[in-house]
Amino acid sequence: MTTTRLPWKVAVQVILLANAVLVLAPMALMGLSAFKSTREIFQNPFGIPTVWRFENFARVWVEARFALYFRNSVVVTLASIVVILVFGAMAGYALGRFRFSGNDLLYLYFLSGLMLPIRLGIIPLFILMRNLNLLDTHWALILTYAASGLPSAVFILTGFFRALPTDLDSAARIDGAGEWLIFRRVMLPLVRPALVIAAIYNLIPIWNDFFFPLVFIQSDRLKTLPLGMTTFFGQYYTDWALLFAGLTLAAVPVILLYVMLSQHFIRGLTAGAVKG
Amino acid sequence: MPGSNRSAAGSASGRAGVTPPALTPRSVARLRPSRLSVRAGRRLWLLIFLGPATALFAAFVTYPILSALAFSFYRWEGIGRRGFAGLHNFVRLFATYPYSQLLGNAFWHNVLVFIVTMLVQNGIALALALLLARGAWGTKVYRVIFFLPVTLSLIIVGFLWALFLNPIFGIVNKLLTSAGLAFLARPWLGDSQTALLTLTLINAWRWIGFPTIVFLAGINAVPDEYLEAARLDGAGEWQVTRHVIFPLLAPAVTIIVLLTFIGSFNWFELPYVVQGVSGGPNRSTDVLSLLFYRMAFGEVDTGLQDIGIGSAIAVLMFILLVAVSAIGAVLLRRREVELA
Repeated sequence: MTTTRLPWKVAVQVILLANAVLVLAPMALMGLSAFKSTREIFQNPFGIPTVWRFENFARVWVEARFALYFRNSVVVTLASIVVILVFGAMAGYALGRFRFSGNDLLYLYFLSGLMLPIRLGIIPLFILMRNLNLLDTHWALILTYAASGLPSAVFILTGFFRALPTDLDSAARIDGAGEWLIFRRVMLPLVRPALVIAAIYNLIPIWNDFFFPLVFIQSDRLKTLPLGMTTFFGQYYTDWALLFAGLTLAAVPVILLYVMLSQHFIRGLTAGAVKG
Repeated sequence: MPGSNRSAAGSASGRAGVTPPALTPRSVARLRPSRLSVRAGRRLWLLIFLGPATALFAAFVTYPILSALAFSFYRWEGIGRRGFAGLHNFVRLFATYPYSQLLGNAFWHNVLVFIVTMLVQNGIALALALLLARGAWGTKVYRVIFFLPVTLSLIIVGFLWALFLNPIFGIVNKLLTSAGLAFLARPWLGDSQTALLTLTLINAWRWIGFPTIVFLAGINAVPDEYLEAARLDGAGEWQVTRHVIFPLLAPAVTIIVLLTFIGSFNWFELPYVVQGVSGGPNRSTDVLSLLFYRMAFGEVDTGLQDIGIGSAIAVLMFILLVAVSAIGAVLLRRREVELA
């Protein structure tokens, strides 16, 4: 940009650095506290642990059932994302590549789901799940997440499919390839960036969701991580060493994934709010 | 991924899923032709492609939301629906104790959260974005750091800050005391004077990277020629920011105001895990979503449950959110047209 004077540059760095510390210090403190004893957390909250107590994590993982909560979260999140991507890509393909009456209307119908706050439908959804005998099962979560994630996937993928040149499928069609093959082998590989955006856009909110497990899940063995953590905090509320270890353990996978894929995450999570 | 097709396609095109296929006539010819003729099967294929998504969306999003609207016009006993009640639930919600008081109290808190978030979180985010856009050293690293908390679960964020803000053992009061500011130390989350503001600031800590990135993208999208032209005309940095960047930032600002509004009026997780379902202390952190949840699924201490009232609250929130979203969408379109 323009030539800027040095004092100004230093001032900018001080502000940016201060904000970076404000973001990172609480997380660093969380990580350090996870290795201390509760006594040490109270007496020396800011220091390096005198003894690094890895057993805090082992206790959280086994005793506080984090292994179980993690597995449940992985199962529910992955299943939901797969359904969202498969059904979303199929619908996006049809809406983006086929002309038929009602195409625009159907597209708008899906788009309305981007605006509608599905949580406000929780009472009928609860009754529906009860009638389907799906309360207190992972299916209740997967179906809800998949359905409410579809609009974003349809929106993102329809746009990408539309932008592909028409010659592609025409050529394959003239050569006699079936619709499913054209979709699966020709078109789908070309929209892979859109699949990544749609996946990340839905991945983090589903992984972090607390509301639907709170309503649908009763059994401890079926709880996902965010809901399991509230149980854990209720049980161990005086054992701060364990609480910090639990928080750290819950945060680390997402942080690692974010550090590895930060550009994808930033693009995926701000999709819709940022153009291009 | 649909793996069922893999065997039918054969191993040659099976590899096509890994890299984008080169569309030479040979590679296309290798794809096995379908038995259905393209024209005759078109309708069937549309059904196959569109059916699953449409059915799932209709059953688990559209149907519940439409039913929720209808539910507000019925009498309820527990979870059982009784006769048609007209506007009775709305009358009770607006005009009878304790519902009208609870509604007003919660609604006012949502408004406060929106205002404070706009001023503090989005104000700081705009400042940070302006600094980052000037190409300061380490902009890329700062971007990644600032956005990090956005990926964290609000449950983690809420519990973490609840521990930090613990009146006796928490580090916040310890820091204040050691800095000679002991008079400022207080039970931040336990005092009804400070609880809502504290909670809003925790929320801002988690979210601030989001508006920062959106504003930054908006600023970076301003064509360099505009900035150069303004500077050639003798405009100072502040004038460039005020008269060139800010007007062009209008779409980004509209989006952030809209998302902040939706977020503020859907606020649930943070107050729930930190302050409990009743929005303590003394309902000082009660918000519409908590009130709605208690009416729908019952309050822990009083056992009060009223699905009629809950559904009426849902309808009010629904109207509010849809109306504001629609206004936002119109504003956004108008501003984008002006730019083009």
